[in-house]
Amino acid sequence: MNWLDICALEEINTLGSRIIAGPKGDIAIFRTSDDEVFALDDRCPHKGGPLSQGLIYGKRVACPLHNWQIDLETGEAQAPDIGCAHHHSARVENGRVLLALREAS
Amino acid sequence: MKKLKLVMIGNGMAGVRTLEELLKLSNELYDITVFGAEPHTNYNRILLSPVLAGEQTFEEIVLNDLDWYLENNIKLLLNRKVVEIDRVKRRVIAEDGTEAEYDRLLIATGSTPFILPIPGNTLQGVIGYRDIADTQAMIDTAKTHKHAVVIGGGLLGLEAANGLMLRGMHVTVVHIGEWLLERQLDKTSGQLLQTALEARGLHFRLCEQTQALHDAGNGRVGSVQFKNGDIIPADLVVMAAGIRPNTELAEKSGIPCNRGILVNDTMQTYDPRVYAIGECASHRGIAYGLVAPLFEQAKVCANHLAQLGFATYKGSVTSTKLKVTGIDLFSAGDFMGGEGTETITLSDPIGGVYKKLVIKDDVLVGACLYGDTADGGWYFRQIRENHGIGEIRDHLMFGENALGDVGHQGQDKAMSMADTAEVCGCNGVCKGTIVKAIQEHGLFSVDDVKKHTKAASSCGSCAGLVEQILINTVGGAADVKPKSEKAICGCSDLNHGQIRQAIRDQHLLTIAGTMSYLNWRTPNGCATCRPALNYYLISTWPGEAKDDPQSRLINERAHANIQKDGTYSVVPRMWGGVTNPSELRRIADVADKYNVPMVKVTGGQRIDLLGIKKQDLPGVWKDLDMPSGHAYGKSIRTVKTCVGSEFCRFGTQNSTQLGIELEHDLFNMWSPHKVKLAVSGCPRNCSEAGIKDVGIIGVDSGWEMYIGGNGGIKTEVAEFFVKLKTAEEVREYNGAFLQLYREEAFYLERTVHYLQRVGMEHIKKAVLEDPERRKALNDRLQFSLSFEQDPWKERLEQPLLKKEFEVIPVKNLEVSV
Repeated sequence: MNWLDICALEEINTLGSRIIAGPKGDIAIFRTSDDEVFALDDRCPHKGGPLSQGLIYGKRVACPLHNWQIDLETGEAQAPDIGCAHHHSARVENGRVLLALREAS
Repeated sequence: MKKLKLVMIGNGMAGVRTLEELLKLSNELYDITVFGAEPHTNYNRILLSPVLAGEQTFEEIVLNDLDWYLENNIKLLLNRKVVEIDRVKRRVIAEDGTEAEYDRLLIATGSTPFILPIPGNTLQGVIGYRDIADTQAMIDTAKTHKHAVVIGGGLLGLEAANGLMLRGMHVTVVHIGEWLLERQLDKTSGQLLQTALEARGLHFRLCEQTQALHDAGNGRVGSVQFKNGDIIPADLVVMAAGIRPNTELAEKSGIPCNRGILVNDTMQTYDPRVYAIGECASHRGIAYGLVAPLFEQAKVCANHLAQLGFATYKGSVTSTKLKVTGIDLFSAGDFMGGEGTETITLSDPIGGVYKKLVIKDDVLVGACLYGDTADGGWYFRQIRENHGIGEIRDHLMFGENALGDVGHQGQDKAMSMADTAEVCGCNGVCKGTIVKAIQEHGLFSVDDVKKHTKAASSCGSCAGLVEQILINTVGGAADVKPKSEKAICGCSDLNHGQIRQAIRDQHLLTIAGTMSYLNWRTPNGCATCRPALNYYLISTWPGEAKDDPQSRLINERAHANIQKDGTYSVVPRMWGGVTNPSELRRIADVADKYNVPMVKVTGGQRIDLLGIKKQDLPGVWKDLDMPSGHAYGKSIRTVKTCVGSEFCRFGTQNSTQLGIELEHDLFNMWSPHKVKLAVSGCPRNCSEAGIKDVGIIGVDSGWEMYIGGNGGIKTEVAEFFVKLKTAEEVREYNGAFLQLYREEAFYLERTVHYLQRVGMEHIKKAVLEDPERRKALNDRLQFSLSFEQDPWKERLEQPLLKKEFEVIPVKNLEVSV
């Protein structure tokens, strides 16, 4: 895995997100209340809404356009909605946020 | 921690619903064991009639399949009838010797049909109508025999009779009463129903008592004999003359019963370790036989089993519906009436329509509808919400439609709509899809329907229509509650009012603190409750509670409106809709500089710049050098004005000036929902003040003030509030009313719905009658606003707040494999 240093953890608000420009469009990085970080392509599987702009709770984000509930770990939409946002690997090490991009299969 | 043992006797709808509610609250507290006497998992007993009538199959009415029990680690013991409760050793014993120990016991044994104590009642072919086995017996008998007699002309009896007739039998209904369904209908409508059923081929013998059932000579029933000596042939006798709560088991173990196992408001029996719920339980003297009350009981029971301990059950208002396709019948509440009640009746025997409304002290307490039940849901809501109907009494009989424009909500349409007709315009959901989902998934609430079909999940304007379809599909089982009684979301069982109360009483200042004090089920709420809590906190404790941007939805966090492609729209404030060449030049320059794809005039007399990238927002605000127009918030939006007496040849008052002043008064005001005002300078009302939250109309002698108007989803005309002399007074009364709304309305409740909920009298009392209170309200509004500043300026001045708008630059982003 090729881990990239993104930013300090404090650069992302608790229950907030930041966007980084990826090679295939924006990637959203989320920070939960437990200071875990997750990364998803910034596109809701429903109508492409920017997930980075959603409200974050637990390990989920609510899409700002139509309130689909997306799991931060897997990118899966909560039932009964069906769809999946592409996810990447992210972690925190020594207060820095690290990201490893995952190719879509 | 070692888990407690929960044992449930009975595997029916009430019991399993309690388990579902309990699992929502805690899935770690109990090891659960369920004893079921039937060989089936939990199924929807109220849909047995459609199964008998051949409209649905057994498979379709299963509510919880085996997998559900497995997934939730519930030990399910089917075909095992419990015969003893040993309360000393805290264990239950089944017929086959199976034992289970308990720390908590839940008795949900339901009821059994009452079998008349007459000779021959044990013959083959004599059955009750209660479960899948009974239904199957009826279906089988209909294939081989001809004559059926149903004893009992109640809901269950008529549904059984209808089903047997549809399956080809010659059916006679024997009823002891003077008319059918005497618990649901009065005499007139009962007779209308009888005529309609006779036309379909059913036979009736009213005021008749059954004396004996005779053997056909082979151990099977062959005929029925009445008190008057008449004998009619019968190959099948269905007893539907009432139900008896199954209390035998509880009684044997010494738990007090009286036509049901006695329970208190927390669903506990005399033995506090033992709960009882559903048809077997008697609460305040009533054993409910309908499903909606059972679900309410389930919630309360689960709350206590989960050791939360704050919910109480206070009894239910019920409504019923006859599930015979093609016969429309609806009744709710106290429809027979009695002392102190008044009755409004509409009777059209030829057209087959009969309606009766029972009113007590200006409140609708009961309704009985036959033939035209379109307004049933609406009446049911009036009954539950205890609205005073004094003002609409004249029109009440003609339903909601008669009250004026019902716009898109159109609850009255549900019955007559075709299955292909669109209900939810946002998500393109048809009536048929909703009905199918309700039946297939066993849905009982509008929230369930939203989840499964998406209907009413966007703008919500069709929620009333969905509710009506739900009521029409499942009848009294529908779990419909006004917002004031509904839980805020899945994270808590408390309603908006209770939460506001707690925040005020306990001086709660943070979202985390509120959630912890009120035992929130989720670590940090959800997209429904967090924005509401944030508003309640900052509006209750201005200056003390801190705004939490992460609990605001994107528009209020970005201070712009998100568009479908993820760009934003920017609406700068123009006080009272008045602008000047310099502002217009700056707007034009911004549009050029940022390549704004569209510049548009809004409905609120402002200019909208659409298609701006999020990272450009701070730059746009800086270049505009105008305050935020708050076109994105649950906040003051705009004050629309006409040109007024300064220019207009008809103008009687300076509406433009007052509009500007009002807009300054309310600048930066957050509110439960958006707030829009308008001021007109004469009764021609060019600023359309009649459909605003606060509408002011200038007349020669002063100003008229209207409140609670709405031009959106459902057009609502504002109601006259007060006539005032001076512009100063208008500002004062306006501030007081809006502060009252800010303090009392539920989050996302517009002024019109707040007004409907609390009533005009309440608002008049607070704002008009008491000058002290009016002043205090205004002071609190001013105090609250003193902590707010223009959010655009704030973000330009504080670099920390700008972070929201920046993309993190990262070099060498490559896909790692």
